[in-house]
Amino acid sequence: MRLSSSVFASFCLLIELLGIALFLRGFFPVPVKSSLSSKSKLSDLPAEPLAGNSPNSTKVPPPLFKRVVIILIDALREDFIFGPNGKRFMPYTRHIVERGSSHSFIAKARPPTVTMPRIKALTTGSIPGFIDVVMNLNSPAVLEDNVIWQAKNSGKRIIFYGDDTWVRLFPKHFMEYDGTTSFFVSDYTEVDNNVTRHLDSTLKRDDWDVLILHYLGLDHIGHISGPHSSLIGPKLLEMDDVIKKIHASLISREAEGTLPNLMVLCSDHGMSETGSHGGSSEPEISTPLILISPLFQRKVGLEQPAMVEQVDLAPTLALALALPISQNSVGRLIPAVFEEASLREQLRFLHMNGHQLSSLLRDSNPNFHKEDGYEQFRMAEKTHGNWMKLYMDGNTSEVLGNMGKKLLKQYLEALQAMSAALSKQLGKYDMYSMIVGMSLILQVLVLLVLAMPEALSRAACVDVPVASAFLSLPFYLLCLLGSSIHVLVCTSAEASCYFCSLPWLLAFTAILFSSALLCSLVAMAARYVPIPGSPQPKTSSDWTLSELDILLLTGTVGHTLSLGASSFVEEEHQTWYFLLNTLCLAVFQDVCRKYFRERRRPGDDEEDDPLLPSIAEEDASQATFSPAAELGVSVGSEKWLALSTPILTLACCRLLRSLNQTGVQWAHLPDLSHWLNSGDHKVVLSLLAALSLLLIFLLVQRRCSLVSKIALALGLLGVYSYRAAVGNVLFPWQHSGRSISKGTGEARFVYIFILGILFTGVKDLLRSQVMSSAVEGRRLKSRGLWEVYSGVVLLVALLFRAHNLPTLACCLLIQTLMAQFIWKKLHYDAAQTTIMHYWFGQAFFYFQGNSNNIATVDISVGFVGLESYVEAPAVFLTAFSTYAGPLLWACHLVCYLSSERDRAALSLGHGSYCFALLRSVPAVFYVVLVTALRYHLFIWSVFSPKLLYEAMHTLVTAAVCLFFTFMDQDRT
Amino acid sequence: MWDVEIRGMASAHAIIAASIFMATIMPAVLVEKFSVYGTHLVWLYSVAGSVAVVNIAVFWLLGISPPTKKNTLSYKLSKLFRSCVYFLLSCLFFHTVVVLYGAPLLESALETFSLAVLLSTFTTLRCLCILGPNVQAWIRVFSRDGAMSVWDTSLQITTGCSVVGAWLGAFPIPLDWDRPWQVWPISCSLGTTIGFLTGLLTAPLWIRWHRKQLTYKLK
Ligand SMILES: [Zn+2]
Ligand SMILES: [Zn+2]
Repeated sequence: MRLSSSVFASFCLLIELLGIALFLRGFFPVPVKSSLSSKSKLSDLPAEPLAGNSPNSTKVPPPLFKRVVIILIDALREDFIFGPNGKRFMPYTRHIVERGSSHSFIAKARPPTVTMPRIKALTTGSIPGFIDVVMNLNSPAVLEDNVIWQAKNSGKRIIFYGDDTWVRLFPKHFMEYDGTTSFFVSDYTEVDNNVTRHLDSTLKRDDWDVLILHYLGLDHIGHISGPHSSLIGPKLLEMDDVIKKIHASLISREAEGTLPNLMVLCSDHGMSETGSHGGSSEPEISTPLILISPLFQRKVGLEQPAMVEQVDLAPTLALALALPISQNSVGRLIPAVFEEASLREQLRFLHMNGHQLSSLLRDSNPNFHKEDGYEQFRMAEKTHGNWMKLYMDGNTSEVLGNMGKKLLKQYLEALQAMSAALSKQLGKYDMYSMIVGMSLILQVLVLLVLAMPEALSRAACVDVPVASAFLSLPFYLLCLLGSSIHVLVCTSAEASCYFCSLPWLLAFTAILFSSALLCSLVAMAARYVPIPGSPQPKTSSDWTLSELDILLLTGTVGHTLSLGASSFVEEEHQTWYFLLNTLCLAVFQDVCRKYFRERRRPGDDEEDDPLLPSIAEEDASQATFSPAAELGVSVGSEKWLALSTPILTLACCRLLRSLNQTGVQWAHLPDLSHWLNSGDHKVVLSLLAALSLLLIFLLVQRRCSLVSKIALALGLLGVYSYRAAVGNVLFPWQHSGRSISKGTGEARFVYIFILGILFTGVKDLLRSQVMSSAVEGRRLKSRGLWEVYSGVVLLVALLFRAHNLPTLACCLLIQTLMAQFIWKKLHYDAAQTTIMHYWFGQAFFYFQGNSNNIATVDISVGFVGLESYVEAPAVFLTAFSTYAGPLLWACHLVCYLSSERDRAALSLGHGSYCFALLRSVPAVFYVVLVTALRYHLFIWSVFSPKLLYEAMHTLVTAAVCLFFTFMDQDRT
Repeated sequence: MWDVEIRGMASAHAIIAASIFMATIMPAVLVEKFSVYGTHLVWLYSVAGSVAVVNIAVFWLLGISPPTKKNTLSYKLSKLFRSCVYFLLSCLFFHTVVVLYGAPLLESALETFSLAVLLSTFTTLRCLCILGPNVQAWIRVFSRDGAMSVWDTSLQITTGCSVVGAWLGAFPIPLDWDRPWQVWPISCSLGTTIGFLTGLLTAPLWIRWHRKQLTYKLK
């Protein structure tokens, strides 16, 4: 099958999008959420089941405990207490575990074993979905139902000391708090002293109900020197002292006639053998959970602690304090805690837990009827009703007791089954879907790379041997293999895979397609294997790389590799600015060489210069159309303009760089945009915005038709009045008392002109297709394209904030100058120009203030010109304005390449192919990388948001490539 | 003749490289609390100064500099003056380039300028020593196939290596390792120095290796 380069490129990108979508679906499983958005209330509690009569009571059993002290020791591993070292370093705790009135468990944490999601798990009882955490990075407060909120809501007074993550997660929940930042990992004494210093006074007081302490020192020691370091022992002894102090104080204040107190010793995650955490190794996920209360029976010796889930703590605490269980909790109560309650109460607790789990199951799983647990719970509920009836009748026989015991067991089994069914859907990577998606995009990438010589050839056509692949034997074998693997995985795996839940027909089509792709790949690769005996095709001997090519190649490869380091992902803008600067210097050197040959010292960056291509003479003859003439400057000054272009570009880039400070490490530094937006400098901002708009008009109007020119001018005026209406900038004749409106009218006024310009452009493009004269047609087409481009520019001008308008103006200025004096004059080929456009696009993505963090996406853009939130336009506008930089450069690339007189079609094909390749290489590399790093400490905070950005960027690029393809269609 | 020239160059390079090491060690003995990271600027000036002095001395003694037509004092003085101006201009040029690359404009301007001085010492000063304040000669040397002696080739290599070293030295700055050498401009000046040392080492080897291909036009 012969495809032109642009069709081939769009085709590849579309397949890649499918692959990435499948990968993302596997990487971010859909979270389990209750359908109710509110929080559980006491009044929502189910009635105690009772057969026959009307439900008897909706009363909650009374609380078991008066006060609760939760001691969370970060990174406390289970063997620090239960292991052989426990006796040495934590003697008091060990004594309580062995002889005291306590219950000890090993609580399993779910990966990723990182503090913040684990605190969420402990308090909400749910396992946060991956996508949740990524999406909530900008608002870290827990909005979900949780124990802390429930406790506060029921009037409990909570005190917190320790890691300030809690303070951020639960703002305004604590009566009193002192947060310690965990930023300085090297400090392991101050962080804990900061917590302990409050203890004495707090324990003496009576005005609190819940005390939460989060000790960080142990985690920091782990990070510094690992779990076997000499620092661990003293730290554990210190913790043991704290536990002793609290326990002693609680016991001494235990009064007759009141409820007993509860002390919970737990940890958010363990510590691996190297001292870090985040992964899913056994020492990382095993944490101790010790509940201490005089209510419990005294132990008589060390028993092997039972296994529970970390999420079980939340419902247990909730029920023990007579609070409703949080809605999204997947935990089940720990029965040992309730042993001392009456049988009726125990059954009531189990029923409440079961009811909550079953309603969550009903909300999250469409096939909830088929779940064993759900059925079991229904049965148990019925039995419970019968039991209650007997109980109410005053039956006290042994039969009733035995029946109750049986019922208890039945409930526990149902809870376990339901909890397991729920947590199966959560917090787990769907590896099968991920691998299928990844293999698809890997194949596409290999296809793109293999097709490079053909796609960049003079024909700009790629021959994909699909037909022969469909008829070959390996294809059928691969299909068979793929299908059998699919059936095997889907029938055996206990995890629910997304790819398995797809209709079988669709899945098999995908397998069929994938096998065909693989066969074609092999066939294509075989073309490059020299056949012995046949004459060697001439390759690579005439492929000489100039320095610019080397720079472009190393830059692309280097950037791709840099994505492996979390810091480079956070500070990706630095990479792009750096590469762009080097590019400008290299271009500057090229320009110098062209105009000065031997008369001036070339740029200092490269030490050996290749011979000047002897094209300077051709220029003179070719100059039927001089860029200098078009801009209205004399030919003599053209040289100086060309020389100053890279310098001006460098200066612009330096200015823009200090306009918006992004990234992580230096994001807090003051930048120009803060200064401009500070209110005192409104006049400067207004002037700057007006100047930028003027410059935008001057730069864009020169190739538009008269109608579009007028529309553009009015549109830009509308943009200014919109900004003035919103209150960003000042009107010169504005009255001081003017109220600030939403500017809907002004924005809609601009939208009309945008649509008008786009319409004119599309009309011109269509007319150029039916034009008889080729020259006239091309002229019309180029004008139409430019009008589409100006429509895009106008939309960007409307959406960008006032302080970002200079970014747009600089972007247009650089595009104009570069196109006139550099790309055309220096005869860079389509591939080189495309790579440069791509780099500029990337740099402008960051110049406009974006970063690889979700928090920098400007959502307010979605409301421009809209009265209220309407999803489709809001999403489109937000995506458009976020990717404005890359889009503008891509649009300019289309305009520029199709304006090349003799080889427009060829250039467009080459350009779109390069664009697809440039996007695929980092995207595919990044997907593979994220799969490898899925247990990395920063997978949520750094790598996952970037993954979403990469996917979105691929989508945008695919759209651009489709546009390329349409423009490329009329070649004959 | 080849071997003699290469050997001469190798020994000159060895002396310059030794001066860098001496400039690192000597202040450690003389200055209190000296460390490459802690008192970075002291180290930087000491290296720049010693390299400058050794360069001038070596090339004076070897007589590599182009023969002067006029031997009058006033001519020599004007040459010296021009050299100083060129050196200063090159410092400003490097400073500008570094600022364009993203160095802060106002704060730590001294550090940035020190880096520019270091870069100029490793590149421009050597050009001044070997070629004199003669822009035409510089352009000739730095265009391809423009080298006319082993010294020109060595100049090409060391200059390129220093600049590339500085360029590569910028990469660790964004990493969040919080190491002392990530502070601006330590990694860049270290990169420059290491690049320069590499250049000094590779230049004789490279010339020896490629002596078949190198055909210098006779002066
Ligand atoms: Zn932690
Ligand atoms: Zn940690």
